[in-house]
Amino acid sequence: MTSPDSRGLPPDSELKRDMPLVPPDSIAGRALIVVIAIMTFLACLTAGGAILVAEASEGWRAEVSRDVTIQVKPRPGEDADTLVAAAAAIAASAPGVADVHAYSNAESEKLLAPWLGEGFDLGQLPIPRLIIVHMQSGRRDDLQPLREALSARAPEANLDDHRQWLARLDTMANAVVVFAAALFALMIVAMATAIGFATRGAMAGAREIIEVLHFVGATDSYVARQFQGHFLRLGLRGAAIGGMAAALFFALAALFSGWGGQSAGGEEIASLFGAFELGALGYIAILAICLGIAGLTGFLSRQIVFRQLRSLL
Amino acid sequence: MLRFENVGLRYGIGPEVVRDLNFDIAPQSFQFLTGPSGAGKTTMLRLMLLSLRPTRGAIRIFGEDAASLDKDAITALRRRIGVVFQDFRLLDHLTTYENVALPLRVMERSESGYRAEVVELLRWVGLGDRMNALPPVLSGGEKQRAAIARALIVRPELLLADEPTGNVDPSLARRLLRLFVELHKSGTAVVIATHDLGLMDQFGYARRLVVGDGQLKVFEGDSL
Repeated sequence: MTSPDSRGLPPDSELKRDMPLVPPDSIAGRALIVVIAIMTFLACLTAGGAILVAEASEGWRAEVSRDVTIQVKPRPGEDADTLVAAAAAIAASAPGVADVHAYSNAESEKLLAPWLGEGFDLGQLPIPRLIIVHMQSGRRDDLQPLREALSARAPEANLDDHRQWLARLDTMANAVVVFAAALFALMIVAMATAIGFATRGAMAGAREIIEVLHFVGATDSYVARQFQGHFLRLGLRGAAIGGMAAALFFALAALFSGWGGQSAGGEEIASLFGAFELGALGYIAILAICLGIAGLTGFLSRQIVFRQLRSLL
Repeated sequence: MLRFENVGLRYGIGPEVVRDLNFDIAPQSFQFLTGPSGAGKTTMLRLMLLSLRPTRGAIRIFGEDAASLDKDAITALRRRIGVVFQDFRLLDHLTTYENVALPLRVMERSESGYRAEVVELLRWVGLGDRMNALPPVLSGGEKQRAAIARALIVRPELLLADEPTGNVDPSLARRLLRLFVELHKSGTAVVIATHDLGLMDQFGYARRLVVGDGQLKVFEGDSL
């Protein structure tokens, strides 16, 4: 046991003196932590989902814009293999082309097997043959020499640069990101409202404390600081819980998508969200959201406390 | 130091609960504020503490017109006033030490700077061994002494006490009164609201401010 000092004062360890002026634990406080944790979790999921879609759509765009397709439609009596070989040769010699792959008869039949079944004769059907051309870059201008060469030397070949498909992808990805941003904004508004109600509730519960603080000479800004600190601590606890839950969710989702990636559903999800790996940017965003929400909680409570204090004498 | 001139107060559109109050509290004076229950003693103390604004008349406090003061100025004046509430108004989640140190804490003085003062005062009022106790476990008398210590810790120029002996036995009441007398001798003006005639008779030299029917009569100590 520590002994008193020479003036007979009790030592630090024997004197309780650090209790905040606003009681740290109350039912309203715990309820607010739960609300903030849930809202932070949902906000992080929304933001993380938007980041995943945005990153995945960048990937799709880069992938799709570098690939173009040449469709060769042989007229009756023409030998499809010869035309395909000629068009592939033109493509291979065009500037900016990295790789050319002409689908063989067997590959084309395999491609169509899910719709037409096994063992059909592709030569009997008016189906174009495909040549996949992988460009060195995704720039549209690089396609012009290839387009001109095909038009001059292989008029039965048609170049598809996937522009329409890309435009749809762009629209869809942007719509998802805008929707996520709107959802995020709504959640922030809902959370701000919840914080406002909780602060007013806590103020009502702490009215006697505020009166006593006033009577013993506390200024409004001092009282407001006590409440701001209290709500900042609640906000940090709630945001930390929600943020960690969201980070855990994304980590587990990445793990499970790795395991389930071989299934048909897994491939669909992987094509939309990539490998579900959030990356450093995503986790930084989660941290920023947590800090932002805690700060918002402290700021809003200060404003509300000041407004209510102004109404007291 | 405190002057009421034709002060009246009504709540909403109701009748005036106090009216035509004219008196002053001189520095280093000692007075009882008395009258039957519900006569308006607590209301008058709240007017003196500037926690109520009069609906008419003027209050001058420490040379200032109360009507012209903003909130910060009122706060600065309150730091020169000690107040003991009838229901103590101790904060239940703070220890006795923290409650008594509260006026110094809100002035943002460092805890190490005021610890000696607070501990000394707590020992003086007999709460030296209850410093870490929370108010809910204190007896009525202990709460009363803690509330008084909180009012005295800033060495106020004016002390307002609302029934400070209302919850204690007669011997403790006398001890607490002696505490106020000591404070008065050290230069503080003291206003004690009470309806305990026996208690007032022990201090015949004190002025009596008698409130009844919303009006006030002042009896100087010598005239008793």
